[in-house]
Amino acid sequence: MTFLEVTLRLLEGFKITCLIFALTLIFSLPLGLVISFGSMSKFSPLRYLVKVFVWIIRGVPLMLQVFIVFYVPGFLFGAPVSSRFNAVIVAFAINYACYFSEIYRGGIESISHGQFEAGQVLGMTKGQIFFKVILLQVIKRILPPMSNEVITLVKDSALARVIIVVEILKVAEELMSTNAIIWPLFYTGVFYLIFVGVLTLFFNYIEKKMEYFKV
Amino acid sequence: MSILEVKDLAKCFGVTEVLKDISFSLAEGESLAIIGSSGSGKTTLLRCLNFLERPDKGYISVRDRVLYDSDAPASLSEKDIRKNRLHFGLVFQSFNLFPQYTALENVVLAKQLLFKEEPGYKKNKKAINEQIQAEGKALLDQVGLENKRDLYPHQLSGGQQQRVAIARALALNPDVLCFDEPTSALDPELTGEVLKVIRGLAQKNTTMVIVTHEMQFAYDVADKVLFMDDGLVVEYGTPQEVFDKPSNERTKRFLERYRNAEN
Ligand SMILES: Nc1ncnc2c1ncn2[C@@H]1O[C@H](COP(=O)(O)OP(=O)(O)OP(=O)(O)O)[C@@H](O)[C@H]1O
Ligand SMILES: [Mg+2]
Repeated sequence: MTFLEVTLRLLEGFKITCLIFALTLIFSLPLGLVISFGSMSKFSPLRYLVKVFVWIIRGVPLMLQVFIVFYVPGFLFGAPVSSRFNAVIVAFAINYACYFSEIYRGGIESISHGQFEAGQVLGMTKGQIFFKVILLQVIKRILPPMSNEVITLVKDSALARVIIVVEILKVAEELMSTNAIIWPLFYTGVFYLIFVGVLTLFFNYIEKKMEYFKV
Repeated sequence: MSILEVKDLAKCFGVTEVLKDISFSLAEGESLAIIGSSGSGKTTLLRCLNFLERPDKGYISVRDRVLYDSDAPASLSEKDIRKNRLHFGLVFQSFNLFPQYTALENVVLAKQLLFKEEPGYKKNKKAINEQIQAEGKALLDQVGLENKRDLYPHQLSGGQQQRVAIARALALNPDVLCFDEPTSALDPELTGEVLKVIRGLAQKNTTMVIVTHEMQFAYDVADKVLFMDDGLVVEYGTPQEVFDKPSNERTKRFLERYRNAEN
């Protein structure tokens, strides 16, 4: 196979990698916020339930969670998950939401209580305090851990191949077994590096954008 | 005619009775200085007035509107509590400015949000916002920060931050403006500028409750002084009465300690 042919095949896989990345973020970023509110709830049964859930999700390998989401519905209800891809998205979104929720919680709890109270005595609603006062400070605080997590997600997406979702690494493996060439496997590293490089630039940009204030 | 009426206010945290039985009233335009040793419950009292803490017992009214009455308990909705809070302003010891907003934005934010809830807001958006901005600028002028409007809190000195916080609290025209040791977090050379602003407010007959350790300031500025000890009002009167001829032993001892510390 020529270099161009391999590149084109890998690009197809890379599209799936990007899709897993984007969809996981779209679902897990807001879901994480919901979970973080649960883990900070004043209603203790809810709080403990959420904490146990987060413990389980963070305590079990993501690969195992992908298998579980894909196979368990079939065992239990005789209704196997129809789409391998969807199973990956569900498993990834839940897993990452739990990690994000802990980052959010840390960020929110690190904001001085005086900020909430200053908003309260000015007659703001809870929603106004959160969105107009707290949120941006939290975002600034959590940017470094979030960028770590997001960069990890780029590489975790390769786990999708365990249930035969053909992302870039899976394509390379297929090329390897059908054409007996190994270099495409190493070549995938270039795609990952470029992706992560772009993300790093993006996070640096956001960090710069928020330099105008200090928390 | 008193604008603020506090009766038999009590508040515990667990088993500690922080406020035991606090009663006082304040006439419109008067400033009340609250003094007392550390842990006597001064901050807790201000927090109760601002509904940051819920009292266990007692009565609070402003302009004859009952805001809290434990004898006629009504479960207050968040909306009611917000409305109650607007009768009071609070300036914190640690300023608590919003770091991501400029001085001017800090001053106008709450008012903008409040007006957005008004029914006629959409139609007169531009005029209302201009009005709010103009008022915000005037308040910053008043506290001597006319050329710091567009700076962020971290670019301001502590004294300047506290003055922004005062302007921010004034923006909503509270009936009673409360200060919790407004100068204790400041370097000594910065306290003067903040006290000067508060003095100016007193001259303009702003109704204020000022918790302070600055005895000379309390003596000069306050119309009434309240000495609190162990959750009780021990002494209440004009500055001359409280500072020059205190009737209670505890007041005498407290003031004695201060004079010794100062000399
Ligand atoms: N949220 C709380 N939970 C438990 N105890 C509290 C709480 N807030 C205050 N206290 C206690 O209440 C007492 C009075 O506290 P408060 O802050 O009102 O005193 P203060 O007069 O403002 O003192 P200072 O001059 O040091 O500011 C203290 O013993 C304090 O430990
Ligand atoms: Mg205090």
